Amino acid sequence: MTMRIAIDTDVCIGAGQCVLSAPDTFTQDDEGFSELLPGARPGGSGVTLAVQSCPVGAISLREEG
Amino acid sequence: MTESPVAPAGPMTPVVFPQNRTCPYDPAPGYDPVRATGRPLNRVEIFDGTEVWMVTGLAEARALLADQRLSSARERPDFPVFAKRLVGVERRRVELLGVDDPEHNAQRRKLIPGFTLKRTAGLRPAIQATVDRLLDDMVAQGSNSADLVSAFALPVPSIVICALLGVPYEDHDFFEEASRRLLRGPGREDVEAARDALDAYLNALVDRKQASEPGLPAGLLDDMIGVFDDREELVNLALILLLAGHETTANMIALGTYTLLEHPDQLARFRDADPAGVSRAVEELLRFLSIADGMSRLATEDIEIAGETIRAGEAVIFSTSLINRDPDVYASPDALDLTRTDRHLAFGFGIHQCLGQNLARAEMEIALPALFRRLPNLRLGVPADEIPCKPGDTIQGLAELPVAW
Repeated sequence: MTMRIAIDTDVCIGAGQCVLSAPDTFTQDDEGFSELLPGARPGGSGVTLAVQSCPVGAISLREEG
Repeated sequence: MTESPVAPAGPMTPVVFPQNRTCPYDPAPGYDPVRATGRPLNRVEIFDGTEVWMVTGLAEARALLADQRLSSARERPDFPVFAKRLVGVERRRVELLGVDDPEHNAQRRKLIPGFTLKRTAGLRPAIQATVDRLLDDMVAQGSNSADLVSAFALPVPSIVICALLGVPYEDHDFFEEASRRLLRGPGREDVEAARDALDAYLNALVDRKQASEPGLPAGLLDDMIGVFDDREELVNLALILLLAGHETTANMIALGTYTLLEHPDQLARFRDADPAGVSRAVEELLRFLSIADGMSRLATEDIEIAGETIRAGEAVIFSTSLINRDPDVYASPDALDLTRTDRHLAFGFGIHQCLGQNLARAEMEIALPALFRRLPNLRLGVPADEIPCKPGDTIQGLAELPVAW
């Protein structure tokens, strides 16, 4: 089973909590929306914290479909 | 034989919310009966006798603040108000903070490019320069004493938000005083007049910007003029950003300083901290001080949570000072511990989580270490218990902070 990180940018409010939690995995684009950095892995440092810290639940770990 | 009585969801005698703190950094002792129930939701009363739910559990607060069945729309007649003086002004429309999705989302999306981590990081050199200049001025005036609020804690965020928005800082006496009256009155007429004065000031500023008046600073407000077509909405948003941008961080800097001075072991740790340690310390101060101690919502549908039912039409208030000291989440919740790595709800949660939180972090991470570095002998200018807390029905903090060095 392979997992991937999913970001719902319709829900994202640009709080930047994911970047603060897992700076090697997430960044903010110029509009303020969360974006994955190249090489982002679900098991990366702080990713679980990023999922929990997102105030609007925009980040989830999903099975690769 | 009677049935055994069902325990009411709250202390035996109704507790009134909000209450005044007696120690500037600790929750109001008047909430002790609520804490003593050990329940995450309790029934309390607001000033007019209306019963409301008071949320004190972190897990429940996270769930409820993310629940769109709780409305932030302040025009709703049952929306809770914390003090009589705020009845009139709170019924007026408040954009962004007082608007539900999808309208809220449309407004927020237009504003977030101005508050990204990248934009905030770009402001750090200017914030550092402002902090250093204000500290130079404090030292240069020669008396080795000052009111830290007016000399440092208020000017730092005030100068920064003016530069960010493109509001002339030379008008700061006006908008700082009007903001103070809008938040703290004392009377209802003071609050209303302050709101009108700030609206008029920002309306005129938008006119001046649209007329390309020379010499005006440019900033986010100029971008907003191009994005928000509705003048009332634009001016209202500008007011919220200006107010939220200086009142909150000013309280954090002054109260953070007081708190560190009153915890010498933690201050010693803070002085030695590397940037990551400073960042952790700021998060702990945010948790410990919880200066925005009372967010409110109104239920639009019944909500089941923690064995209770919040009925449609009932008001819910979130006491961040108690949520951030939830004993089920934090070890020794009443202890200041700058090495903690726990998360907190000082900036709220859900769609309304603070837009300017990363700017606020940058200001605190720069201002507090610089203050203690530049004035290593900094101390309170009067005994700690002679420094009064702000009243419980507004943003928490200190109106004045006499210091010496």
